[in-house]
This record gives sequence, C-alpha cells and structure tokens, in this order.
Amino acid sequence: MSESAEPQLYQSRIPIHPRSIKGKFRTFKTGVLVLAYAVFFLLPWLRWDRPVGANQAILFDIPERRFYLFDMVIHPQDMYWLAVLLIIAAWLLFFVTGLVGRAFCGYFCFQTLWTDLFMFVERWVQGDRPARMRLLKAPWNGEKTTKIGLTWLIWFLIAVWSGFTFTAYWVDAPTLFVEFFTLQAPTPAYITTGLLTLTTFVMAGLAREQVCIYMCPYSRFQTVMFDKETLLVSYDYPRGEAEKGRAHLGKGLKTQEERHAAGVGDCIDCGLCVQVCPTGIDIRKGLQIACISCGLCIDACDEIMAKQGWPKGLIRYASETEIETGKKPSLLKFRTIGYGVALTAAFIGLTYGVLSRTPVEFSVNQVRQPLFVSLADGRVQNSYELKIQNKTMNELDMALSVEGLDGVEIEYGGNVSQMKVPAEGHRNFLVRLKMPAQNATGQQPFRFVIHDKGGALGQFERTAMFNSPNR
Amino acid sequence: MSTNNTSKEVETTGHVWDGDLREYSNPLPSWWLWTFYGTIVFSLIYWVLYPTWPIGNDFTKGIKTIEVKDEQGKVIYDGHWNTRALLLDEMRNSPAALRQKEGIEMVKNASYEQILASPEMMSFARSMAKGLFGDYCAACHGTGGQGVLPYFPNLADDDWLWGGKVENIQKAITSGLKGNMPGFPTIQGQALDDLALYVLSLSGEKVDAAAAERGKKGYAMCMGCHGADGKGNAMLGAPNLTDKVWTVANVPGAGSIEGMKQEITNVIHKGIKREMPAFGHRLKDYEIKMLTVYVHEMGGGK
Repeated sequence: MSESAEPQLYQSRIPIHPRSIKGKFRTFKTGVLVLAYAVFFLLPWLRWDRPVGANQAILFDIPERRFYLFDMVIHPQDMYWLAVLLIIAAWLLFFVTGLVGRAFCGYFCFQTLWTDLFMFVERWVQGDRPARMRLLKAPWNGEKTTKIGLTWLIWFLIAVWSGFTFTAYWVDAPTLFVEFFTLQAPTPAYITTGLLTLTTFVMAGLAREQVCIYMCPYSRFQTVMFDKETLLVSYDYPRGEAEKGRAHLGKGLKTQEERHAAGVGDCIDCGLCVQVCPTGIDIRKGLQIACISCGLCIDACDEIMAKQGWPKGLIRYASETEIETGKKPSLLKFRTIGYGVALTAAFIGLTYGVLSRTPVEFSVNQVRQPLFVSLADGRVQNSYELKIQNKTMNELDMALSVEGLDGVEIEYGGNVSQMKVPAEGHRNFLVRLKMPAQNATGQQPFRFVIHDKGGALGQFERTAMFNSPNR
Repeated sequence: MSTNNTSKEVETTGHVWDGDLREYSNPLPSWWLWTFYGTIVFSLIYWVLYPTWPIGNDFTKGIKTIEVKDEQGKVIYDGHWNTRALLLDEMRNSPAALRQKEGIEMVKNASYEQILASPEMMSFARSMAKGLFGDYCAACHGTGGQGVLPYFPNLADDDWLWGGKVENIQKAITSGLKGNMPGFPTIQGQALDDLALYVLSLSGEKVDAAAAERGKKGYAMCMGCHGADGKGNAMLGAPNLTDKVWTVANVPGAGSIEGMKQEITNVIHKGIKREMPAFGHRLKDYEIKMLTVYVHEMGGGK
C-alpha cells in the first residue's frame, strides 16, 4: 500500500457500523440471545423450597460455603466437580471448534451477546448503518446529543442491570434488590455491580470487536484448532472470482451466463458482506483472526444471490478442502472422535461423581499424642476424634459401633451420649476406646461403623488403628 | 487461505534489511497505550494513598488512615493504612471473630455439666482450649498431655493425683499445686526392699509374698498420706498405689521385679517435690473454664 516515511505505532479504533440483516443465522443468534438472557436475568429470582438454607434456586453462598443448584447443595468437598465441569467445557470447546470453527464466539460468547444487544439499542435509537454514519459525521447539535445521550443511557441501564443480576447470584436476590436501592447493601455488592456495569458498558458499547481481536485469548487459541476439514465461514473463492476476479453488475455482466463467458465470478462486489460484519472485516480476504464466525455475511450474501436468482452459498460454511477441491470431506476424523470420546468419558465421570455422592462425610482422626495410655485398672486407652458432616437437610441421629476389637469399651467425651448432627452441619465427637490388657497387643486394625438410627441412609465405616504398648 | 492474501500488498514500516527483509507494520490500538498511561496514573494515586516507598529505615506512609476499635469501642489503632491494622481489625471484628465471641459467651454462661453435655459447646471449647493448652501447659505436660516421668504427670490417663472432677482441675489450674513426699533415708537395707515389694503387691504385681508381708509393717509410716488401703488421698495429692498408673516411679518400664523394686526404693529414699505454678492471674476465667473441660476430656475425668 504505502511506504510512508513515518509508520504509525498506534492506531485509533475505526468505528464499525454494521448494517442489520435478516436470515437464518440472524434468527439463530437472536434465538440464542433471548434464551440466554431469559435464563441469566430471571434465574436469580426463582425461589426454591428447602428445609434449611437459602430459598433461592441458584445461589453461590461463599460465606456459608454452599452452592445451591435447585435440589442439589454443593459442599466444599464436592468442589472437584467444578474442575471436571471446566474440563468438560474445555473439551466441548475443542470438539466443537474442530468441527465447526468458532461457534462459541459467534453465537454464545457473552461479549457477542451483549455487543449484539447494544447494537440493537443503537439501531433502535439512531437508525441503521447509513443513519448512524451520518449522525457520527454530523456536528454536535440537539439531535445528535439526544440520540447519542439516549443510546448511552439505555446502555448504562442495561449494564447496571447486568451487573446487579450477576451480583444476585451470590446473595439473596430480593433482599439485595431492596438493600441495593436503599443504599444499605454491603460494599462488595456495590463494587461487584459497579465493576460489571463498567466492563459491560465499555466492552459491549465502546470496545466491541477490540475485545475479540486484542484481549480475548480464546480467539487466538481456537484458531489453531482448525484443520483443513473444519467447517468455517468461507467465501467460495473459485466461484466468486473465476479467472478475472469479481465485478459489479455492469453492462454485459448482468446474468450468470454473460459473466461466465467474460470470465468474471459470481461476486458482484456489492460489499454487503462487509457492511453487516460486526468486526468490520472482509470475509473475501479469507480466514482471519477477527472473524468470530457469526454467519451474518452468509445471510447477507444469500440475500443478494437470491435477489439475482443465483444459487445461494457464495459465502457459506465450508471447509478449506471443500473450497479448494469441491469435495465435502467427512467430518468423522480422528480429532473429532478423540475429543468425542474424551468428552463422553468426562461427562460420565461427572455424572457418576454427582450420583455417587454420600449424604454423610465421616472421618476418624486418632489422637496421636499420646497414642495410647495405660489406665488405672490396667486397660489400654486410645482416643479418636470422629467428625461427622451432615449434608442432608434433616438432623441426623447416628449410632456408633466398633467392629474388630474384642472386649473394647466405648466412652464418649463429655456427657455426650447421642451422636446428633444438625441438618447441613457438622459435629466433632471425642471417643475413647478402652481395651483389656490381655487383648491389647501391638497395632490392631478395626472399623468404626456409624449408622443412621432412622435407617434411611444406611451405614458408613472408616478403618482405624488401635495402638498398644509392645509387651 | 493464505493464497488470497498475496493479491494485496501488506503494509510495512518501510525498513529494509539485507535487501529484502521487511518489517510488518501492525500498529497497536491506541486504547492500549492509554491503558498503559492509566496504570501510571493509578500507581501515582496509590503512592499518595498507601505506604509505598522505603526511605532509609523509614517509608512513605500515604495519606489514607485506618481506625481499629476493640470490643468496648475503644480505639486501639489510629494511623496510616497498613495490612497489620487490617489484621488487627479482622481479629476483632470479622464475622469469624464475632462467631468466636458468641461461642465464648455461650461457654461463659454455661455450667460444666451443660458444656460437657453439649457436643456443640464441647467442640468449641476443645478447639479453642487446644491452643491455650499449647501455649500454657504443653511445655511441661506435652502437647497431648502425656507428661514426662517423673516430673510432670500424665493428663491423658484416668488417674488423677488431685482429683479428676472439673472443680479439682479448675482449682489446680487457677491456684497451682504443690506436691511433696518426704524422703525416708532412715529406712534402709532389708526393710526398704520389703516395703518396696509390699507397695508393688498393692497393685497386683507378683512378688515374694513373705517379703511383702514383712514390708507391710514398714508401710505404717506411709498410711498418713497414702491411706491404710493404699488408695491415696486426693486432698494431699497422694497417689493411689493400688492402680496400674505410676506417676513418679517408672514401674511399667522397669521390665523386671528387681527393676521395679529399684524404682520404688528410689522414691522412698529421696522423696519427691513437684510444683505446678498458678495460672489464675494469667488466664481469663473463660479460658480456665475451657482448659478445664479440655484437660477433663483428655483421658477421661472422674
């Protein structure tokens, strides 16, 4: 292009004014957006009856160390589920990206969703692309101030509500609502909401594609997961350019036959695919890092092709191989199968983990200093700390027995005679075992067994060691 | 589709090396630069507000201050912001500290019977007393209360020199203890051996019955404290000689009757003097209460 004397080190953002378009990808994107927002914005308000604990369906209660997910209450011991869930998410991303490219970026990423919403607002207030470009160039007058001001106001309100909704997942939503607007909410609630408001406003309103191009690591590493068989939003280069390149619908180039005879491709260079692109790229230049594969250029081109009466799909989901050879390669490749198997295994693992969770955590710690003591009557005593965590919503009444030790007497610390554990709580019990001297030799393994007196939960056991002086 | 890109010339910085080596011009977005300037401004504000720069043995304090109040609302720190003051505040006013206060109040207002009968209070008192025991008691009695023969008694067994009731234990911690058995250097030779064997026979050791019978006469001197039946006297801290627990003579570790006898004769000959300091003036009442429960539960109080 140019051999300018002073190369630019920094570049201001070039504003992008995407034109609105209708089509199947637009419909799909809107559908995803409505569904995702319905879930995100309404879920914190859903109530859920529980015998103890919060009555919010989804609540991440950090101070009490409980995650409430409908009928499931996740305790800190179950946090490995989160790790497995993240592994599943990562593998799902690899799996999908290897098959159909950056589907996450184009349809599901929150940056894409909020940018889309903010663009709706922009178009609703300021009009479509030409009107917005005109408004940008216009001097600051009443109309411009009003329209830009109104846009920013609506953006701000959406941003505040997004931030508030996020915060509402971590505390009781109705309480927060009242406290928040009567200025009595805890400071972290304001900080969280404030930060989310700020980032939502800046990222979705002002930075937009800059986030995808310069900030987001996923855009970079998803790109390396492509191969020649991956379905990508592609411009059919051979069809669009033919031998002599693309050309406007000029004289003698109106019909497909005329154009083919002249060696000109099917692309009429209308530029609509560029105008609708939310990241402002020209898909005809091929695969590029800024493409979030949202499919809007497909909608645009299909509309033009339909108008011309030519076959659709000049821009379409196609793999590199397909564009080059015209043959559709099989999607069932080693990578797909590999990720598919790994994904299924991780999913089964998580399901098993969730289903096999015990309602009671039971642990035994021997008091190790001293390991044993001789009692006045000659018996040998070992002491143990028994910790019982009750993950159920009801109080538990447990009975303790010892299996594998002959003639041992069980004594509870204090005057405690019942092992009652409150709902969603835990208790430590000190238990002393007294063994007649003639039975006490060396180390003897045995089992502590507790069972629910109600009988509903069955029994739980832990092995422990009884230590005696070597005599 | 790299082939497509060759049609357009890529912008370069205009620098050329070795005739054909060029540098692409990929300008950074300017907001990136502004963000960098933003971090500089942030650090400047930070320097003004918070402690930052070391100057010799001192440092810049910053203009942000912090005030920490104690339970009574008295200001215990008022000065420049620092994380130690935050910790001080957290130790007193954080939710965890307030919960601890609640637990202390609960224990304060409860009787020993109530504490011992409540798993909740027991858990709390024992976990807190564990630290106290480590600070004040473990130096002599060991971290688990196992003691050291013949100096410091074992608290983890069920034998109590001064009584194993909570009142006895509380009194011992509050006022301290003085244990004193005089030596009997005048008892010597056969008489000493016989007396030692008699003492061993009290706790069921298999000794020469005739010798023990002879020693019984000499035991008259011991009855004042250890009692006619050898069961001891908790008022004086005189141990029970009829049980299997030995607090001074290392009888269980002696191995043979001869060794056991030697251990006993040593004690009779030299006597024993032990003292436990008082902690009443050093510990708060509720701390003594929790320690009492903790010690009571170590091996099983009486």
